[in-house]
Amino acid sequence: MEYALDIRGLRKTFPGGLEALKGIDMQVEAGDFFALLGPNGAGKSTTLGVLASLVRKTSGQVRVFDADLDTDPARLKTWLGFVPQEFNFNQFEKVGDIVRTQAGYYGMAPARAALNAERYLRELGLWDKRNSPARMLSGGMKRRLLIARALVHEPRVLILDEPTAGVDIELRRSMWGFLERINREGVTIILTTHYLEEAEALCRNIAIIDGGRILQHTSKQALLQQLSMEHFILDIRNDPGTLPQLEGYHCFRNDEGALVVEVEKEDGLNDVFRQLGEQGWEVTSMRNRSNRLEELFMSLVGRSLPESEEEESA
Amino acid sequence: MTPYQIWIAFMTIVVREVRRFTRIWPQTLLPPAVTMTLYFVIFGNLIGSRIGPMEGYDYMEFIVPGLIMMSVITSSYANVVSSFFSMKFQRSIEELLVSPTPNWVILTGYLAGGMARGLIVGFVVMLVSLAFTTLEFYSPVLVVTTALLTSLVFSLGGFINAMFATKFDDISIVPTFVLTPLTYLGGVFYSINLLDPFWQGLSMANPILYMVNAFRYGVLGASDVGPVWAIGMLLVFSVVLFTVSLRLLDRGKGIRS
Repeated sequence: MEYALDIRGLRKTFPGGLEALKGIDMQVEAGDFFALLGPNGAGKSTTLGVLASLVRKTSGQVRVFDADLDTDPARLKTWLGFVPQEFNFNQFEKVGDIVRTQAGYYGMAPARAALNAERYLRELGLWDKRNSPARMLSGGMKRRLLIARALVHEPRVLILDEPTAGVDIELRRSMWGFLERINREGVTIILTTHYLEEAEALCRNIAIIDGGRILQHTSKQALLQQLSMEHFILDIRNDPGTLPQLEGYHCFRNDEGALVVEVEKEDGLNDVFRQLGEQGWEVTSMRNRSNRLEELFMSLVGRSLPESEEEESA
Repeated sequence: MTPYQIWIAFMTIVVREVRRFTRIWPQTLLPPAVTMTLYFVIFGNLIGSRIGPMEGYDYMEFIVPGLIMMSVITSSYANVVSSFFSMKFQRSIEELLVSPTPNWVILTGYLAGGMARGLIVGFVVMLVSLAFTTLEFYSPVLVVTTALLTSLVFSLGGFINAMFATKFDDISIVPTFVLTPLTYLGGVFYSINLLDPFWQGLSMANPILYMVNAFRYGVLGASDVGPVWAIGMLLVFSVVLFTVSLRLLDRGKGIRS
């Protein structure tokens, strides 16, 4: 099995004594779509910072394909594209110049750099803005500019630190589509996100980090199978707004007032529908509660993700 | 990276730097030309005519080489310190740090940008000076060598300043309180032979004195300090400051955690 990323025993202690990473082991297969999840201060950004050579590790080994961070950092950097959480481009430079210049830093000939810049600016809907200073772009456009800049040198691995933070739902969906497409083209994608439904929708494998340690590192399916309960949201015709009497099942109203029924994973739903029918409740539609991963996440790290709520409401 | 890729990375940094200071030319290229024109008018024409000859040369002739050097010094320094610190402040320096561009290429790219601005400004000031006096270069090779080395040394100075700076105040302190006094006391407007022996000796500790005098020797064929000694000092400064700059970059001072 070929690993796009192989991290062994990674530690980082900052000056002042803060131990951000306490011996991380993490492997990402070539071609994977991988999520690194964790609450604030868990060590996600530090881990990505080490990969991007912006943070110096204290000890441990980092390899990207067969390039080692200690012995062949230049090749390792060539294979990585990094999308940071913050906008870190010169706000006064033109969009096209930012992307072409980045290609130049990787030693890409100007003609090829121009072609690649055009390709990614077009694909990300920024071609019309190529002569505009970056400060004139909207927040969502700036996020897409970061992605175009990270891809222009044709990396084999794309690392994204909170790529859709603060982005509206429509744009987030279009960015998901773009990321899935380049993943199908062979680019390994590693992302951190506070939106757990993003990880659930996109990623095949997931690591959960907290307190500088990896708590879980497995496939999304294996993670979700750890959930013993499933929640189903039911839409009821002429909903009375009360709760039905369901023997053997817990039910409640969610924040939107919709009826939610909690069902053991092994149990079927036939008995739920039978009891509802006997009591005169007519179910018009049903859906799975989408954020299953969040339930698991909370059970693992013992708390939710406060930032995601802030960003949602912003 | 292959040598060709390194060349592309180097030229990318240089082109970006040149594009930056030409884009904001009213802030970078125009002010020195205006300031030096005022110097030529006030010190050269109005006051100079009352001062009389300096070291056997018309006062205007005497101050022109020093004023050209002054503009080269301030422009080279200002370009690198402001550009590199801005990138650090905006964190756009990370664009370079995540790339495979070696540190020595990053450093030489910034130095080339600073030297380009210093030399362009010096050339502009020289053209302005032709409106007030005639220039006959005694040694064009010495003129070019001195201008190149001076712009290199002060680009390096600007780079080191930017590496240590943590706020915008930090990049104005050195030019205001160190560079400007040393330049004014570096024999731009007078010959150190006018000073008492004590002050003459103290002036010899001012590195800018050597640069101004080497350049003046290249233009006029006469100066307070021998050109070989001056070029030697410039070379030593270049090597020491380059080594310090590269070491700081390798350590990631203020740019890597």
